[in-house]
Amino acid sequence: MTDRESRFRAPSIPRDALPLAIAGIVAALLVALTCASVLWQVREALVATKNHTGWMDALLIVVGVLPLALFIPATRGLQLAIAARRSLWRKDLIAARVLTSHSNSSSWFSLGYAVFALIVAALVWFLIANNVAVGSTFFNLPLIFESFGLVARAFLTNVLIFTIAEVLILVWALIVAVARMIPGKAGQPIRLLSTIYTDAFRGLPSIITIYLIGFGLPLTGLTAPLEEFLTRTFGLQDFTVIWAIMALTLTYGAYVAEVYRAGIDSIHPSQTMAARSLGLSFAQTMRFVIIPQAIRRIIPPLLNDFIGLQKDTALVAVIGTIDAFNQAKILASNRFNLSTVTTVAFLFIAITIPQARWVDRLLERDAKRTRGAK
Amino acid sequence: MSFLEIRNVVKKYDETVTVLKGINLNVEEHQVVCLIGPSGCGKSTLLRCINGLEDITEGEIRINDDRVSGAGVDVNRLRRDVGIVFQSFNLFPHMSVLDNITLAPRQVLRLSKREAEARGMELLKRVKLEQKAKSFPDQLSGGQQQRVAIARALAMEPMVMLLDEITSALDPELVAEVLDLVRELASEGMTMLLATHEMGFAREVSSKVAFLFEGVVHEEGPPEQIFGNPTEERTRGFLKKIIEAGRM
Repeated sequence: MTDRESRFRAPSIPRDALPLAIAGIVAALLVALTCASVLWQVREALVATKNHTGWMDALLIVVGVLPLALFIPATRGLQLAIAARRSLWRKDLIAARVLTSHSNSSSWFSLGYAVFALIVAALVWFLIANNVAVGSTFFNLPLIFESFGLVARAFLTNVLIFTIAEVLILVWALIVAVARMIPGKAGQPIRLLSTIYTDAFRGLPSIITIYLIGFGLPLTGLTAPLEEFLTRTFGLQDFTVIWAIMALTLTYGAYVAEVYRAGIDSIHPSQTMAARSLGLSFAQTMRFVIIPQAIRRIIPPLLNDFIGLQKDTALVAVIGTIDAFNQAKILASNRFNLSTVTTVAFLFIAITIPQARWVDRLLERDAKRTRGAK
Repeated sequence: MSFLEIRNVVKKYDETVTVLKGINLNVEEHQVVCLIGPSGCGKSTLLRCINGLEDITEGEIRINDDRVSGAGVDVNRLRRDVGIVFQSFNLFPHMSVLDNITLAPRQVLRLSKREAEARGMELLKRVKLEQKAKSFPDQLSGGQQQRVAIARALAMEPMVMLLDEITSALDPELVAEVLDLVRELASEGMTMLLATHEMGFAREVSSKVAFLFEGVVHEEGPPEQIFGNPTEERTRGFLKKIIEAGRM
């Protein structure tokens, strides 16, 4: 065998897995001790606040046993590391490499979950620290249950605002986006107008738009005929919702117009060429060929903007709309406790998650329809 | 007066790049004219100028003695009569095969859904894809997609068809099915102007062959002359390279 050959065939000796495996065991031990200590403090806090009952001890013990499961992958890592060393002594390189690899994998797994458990323990400790100050400030359960009805009803105002605004935005933003792409010299003023609008309203903070429209427009008196009309036909008295919808539509219309434009731009020009070559006009090409394809691509960023919009409905509190946040703030200042605002926080999260999953499903279904084997 | 007249057509991009430098070409009704020439010689540009997908800088194009280039031309009207098929098919991926074909007849010719679909199915039968009416373009092979694209162009019942290297993007074994279809159209008397690299095919179907080189028609004539006895040095050079590449 020549030198060159032997260099290429030099076997790689696996790095010792034992230190990592020991780290895994130590981490598991640390987690077990930390959790036990935090849970003990939880029990003391419960006793101190007179919330303690017998079944809670059982629950605490169950929760306390859970982190012990970390010892399973940790000891497995250790066993494998020892076995790897033995294989190495026996000069069985291949077995040593396999065992080392499995040992490392087990050890990292236990280390990863150890970090996870420590973060959870830290959060629990934060909640009960300072005589359960954090817990009772943000998670006063009796107050949450008691005020839930009021907050949830006020949340319907947020839902109303963003639902109507979303429908308006879908139409308005499309008009703005297409206006910005109208071809030819004659289209120039329209393109300019559309560009100025998007620049202005993307730059304006939405809270300022809401404030200016919600307080300013009624002050000018120009809206009086509209208000009168709405009172007469719908018996509407509180117009702040209308101004909020208007302000959010203008703000998010600018964002969504840009999303539409990006989507339209992403469709290859050959599609436009093919459609125009069949005699379709610019408008028909947009409507039947370009926009349907663009919409499919922009659904994820569109959902992003809509979630942003939904969250921004909490800003309407500045013009006095009784939305969930405003209602929760009133309750919070009455009771000197922020748990009602926590309810609002959870409500916002709770409506976001199903939308994300629904969009995933939608895209998957469409992909299956146009690309699936047939 | 010829059916399609191309007179001194010049096409410039940004003042500096001149793709077409004075093209003169006539196509008679029921003629099949093949454009051959090295890549970049302006074949595709010329075809796109004819149905108004590109503006021309100088010269004029006339169809049926009506000027179809320059300002004031209703391009949407023009394109009903001038069908084009592209190298990369350009089917609409979000529509079924049948919807691809019926879109323009319904929206431009204002046919009823039933009428347009009846016509669409007839065309699909003709390109032997009636089973694929409900499929989507991405579920078809390249050859099938190109046949659908031809059917889509035919659905407008054009007076002339422009075919822009329609087999260049196909795997070799799929070329024949598309060329067979073009052969059939030619035998039915469809007026066609096609840019192609399939020299054997060009020789077989065309009534006239035009060799484009650096933006002008360098030599034109019946296929026997162009392929058998070209007079121009450049034509000979081009054909020699094609033969060396084993493509003729």
